[in-house]
Amino acid sequence: MSLLEVQNLKKYFATQKAVDDISFSVNKGSIFGLLGPNGAGKTTLIRMITGIFYPDEGQILFDGKKFDPINDVVYIGYMPEERGLYKKMKIGEQAVYLAQLKGLKKNEAMTKIKEWFVKFEMQSWWTKKVEDLSKGMSQKLQFVTTVLHEPKLIILDEPFSGLDPVNSNLIKDEIFKLAQKGSTILFSTHRMEQVEEICDHIILVNKGKKILDGTVKGVKNQYKENLFNIGFEEIPSSLNGNPPFEMVGTRDQQYVVKIKEGFKPNDVLNYFLQQGAKIVSFNEMLPSLSDIFIKLVEGTPLTRQFQAITA
Amino acid sequence: MNKIWLVIKREYLTRVRNKTFLLSTFLFPIIIVAFIIGSTFLALKTRNKVKIAVVNDPGFLQKNLESDSSSVIFEYPADVNSSNYESKGYVGLLKVNSDTAREKYVIESKKSLSIETMSYVERQMKKAIEYSMLQEKNIERKVLDSISTASKKAAQVTNQLDTGKEANNKLPYIIGFGCGIIIYITMFVFGAMVMRGVMEEKTSRIAEVIVSSVKPFQLMMGKILGIAAVGLTQLLLWMVFLMVLVNIIPLFVSAETMQQFQQVQQAQQQLPGGPNNTVAIEMLKATDTLINGVNWPMIITCFLFYFLGGYLFYASLFAAVGSAINEDPQEAQSLMLPIMMPIVFGFIILSTSIENPDSPMAFWGSMIPFTSPIVMMGRIAKGVPEVVPWWQLFLSMGLLIIGFIFTTWLAGKIYRTGILLYGKKASWKEMIKWARRS
Repeated sequence: MSLLEVQNLKKYFATQKAVDDISFSVNKGSIFGLLGPNGAGKTTLIRMITGIFYPDEGQILFDGKKFDPINDVVYIGYMPEERGLYKKMKIGEQAVYLAQLKGLKKNEAMTKIKEWFVKFEMQSWWTKKVEDLSKGMSQKLQFVTTVLHEPKLIILDEPFSGLDPVNSNLIKDEIFKLAQKGSTILFSTHRMEQVEEICDHIILVNKGKKILDGTVKGVKNQYKENLFNIGFEEIPSSLNGNPPFEMVGTRDQQYVVKIKEGFKPNDVLNYFLQQGAKIVSFNEMLPSLSDIFIKLVEGTPLTRQFQAITA
Repeated sequence: MNKIWLVIKREYLTRVRNKTFLLSTFLFPIIIVAFIIGSTFLALKTRNKVKIAVVNDPGFLQKNLESDSSSVIFEYPADVNSSNYESKGYVGLLKVNSDTAREKYVIESKKSLSIETMSYVERQMKKAIEYSMLQEKNIERKVLDSISTASKKAAQVTNQLDTGKEANNKLPYIIGFGCGIIIYITMFVFGAMVMRGVMEEKTSRIAEVIVSSVKPFQLMMGKILGIAAVGLTQLLLWMVFLMVLVNIIPLFVSAETMQQFQQVQQAQQQLPGGPNNTVAIEMLKATDTLINGVNWPMIITCFLFYFLGGYLFYASLFAAVGSAINEDPQEAQSLMLPIMMPIVFGFIILSTSIENPDSPMAFWGSMIPFTSPIVMMGRIAKGVPEVVPWWQLFLSMGLLIIGFIFTTWLAGKIYRTGILLYGKKASWKEMIKWARRS
């Protein structure tokens, strides 16, 4: 069951095809990663999903129905990458105001904010102003205001930038908890190690087009190069006969090998056992998302060139 | 609708609770009143009695110069000359040099005499010379006096209008000009407030957070209406505050000073191009003594209408400019110029049309929404059915309403694009493109 379905979405600007025919769907309760290099069109895509931009073509289905920006925005919580708060406004009031804009009643908002403030140890902040906060502190506040109204869909654009590891983990845990409670999280970033850790499903966009779509595991399998890491007690001096693999490299007591077409890992083990080598470890080397990302994006110009568009 | 209300409430409350608002609201009237009182007080101070010694009297001066016991006193001592008049207690020495063909009168003094003293002396001298000349033709002083009092009694020039009302020529001028200036200033002040508010939202990057729950147009309108409410609150408080001050002051000031105060006012009115505070004094007087003859309900209604209409017309444009600016405030200067020009131009038309409310310039200036809020106020004060016919008033109001609906619509489109666009330097050409595209 998908909460969000994006179908053939297009948005052209005067000089760029910011989003060019992208489709994907996000399952309820999942953590979905939207990846892509800078300027790939992620922000434009998110702005269409949050109802800030209207798509030129294509449609968005939210919770099974056509997305209605005016009424559906209350079910969405959006934390943009370029985030900000009213500097001169008191923190408590500000949180209440933002919650009210999302349709919460004042009393409701107050109770929820207080719960979150206790959870994040922010109780003493209520009457402070945002300008008194450090970057990391205001980031936490921003996160609270984003998820306060318990939205069905939470969109986080680079939520960890500027956070120290402790606060990063704090927020990461909350993201998991929210997903467990049934919220769906759309997570946009280019920090790959976090994606591997958090996301169930990812898509990769580049130059306005979707170039990859799948689960983290699926994607890794799709791009695996049959590389294995074999650890030995004592490294074999030479490779005799016809090994079912190619050597990729050696490191300390380890070989990195690539299995040849038509062979299986067992064949490799058999080969070494016949050679009398003492194997300590044997494991598959899956590519990291970061490698896949670089591989796919590499070769395309890093920054997008401006081009004339006739839509 | 509920959301726009929330935005309005926030904009209003954060501004009204701000210290600057409180200070400007309560200090401004105090400063104005203090300025008026201070300048009057100074005028009273400098009007200490001046004793002037007259020497070389050709004969007619002593008979005809009138002393005013509260300001200038002429005396005719025998043993006073240029070297000792000061030590004898005189401020000035009036001398007649009759050696030239044309008689020349000179007042010697250590310090320069005040304009008031000089003009009093001049008036008295002129009168004395006139009298002495007439007396040479055997007309007696008594006869002259009776003629002048009789003529004063017999004829009084008033400007009677067709409607039967008596035209009050000075007060409408002041009211019209005052209202025009207030609208002119508030358009800048509150327009700039809108612009700064929009810039703040853009540069602090909260705009994107807000527009994910509120439509950009709602955010813009909420801001504009919220600040309009701030403006109205401030105007209202000023009015009340000024009224109170004007009514309280007489309680603290002795009757004698009040009398002197009135005399100074009269003296200042007689001076050609007298001190600037006559306008302020007139305004003060207008609040109590001259209420009759002016159609106050009409003026207040129109003032509020044109204040709001003019503000709404320009505020959305200021919002559009604010949305196009990146962090650099210098960009604002060049983008604001096209908006500020018509406002300044309106003020120039006001100052010419106030003398001549029927000129084509005044007419068109009060019709075109760019200048009408300022110019029309100057004309309305002159009388509504008499100087400004009803159809003109309604046409002007209608055009202003259409005008601000149009500017708001246009600005809304620019704002939508601008508020989320970072790093790009905008020009008016660019902004029109945004408006056309969205």
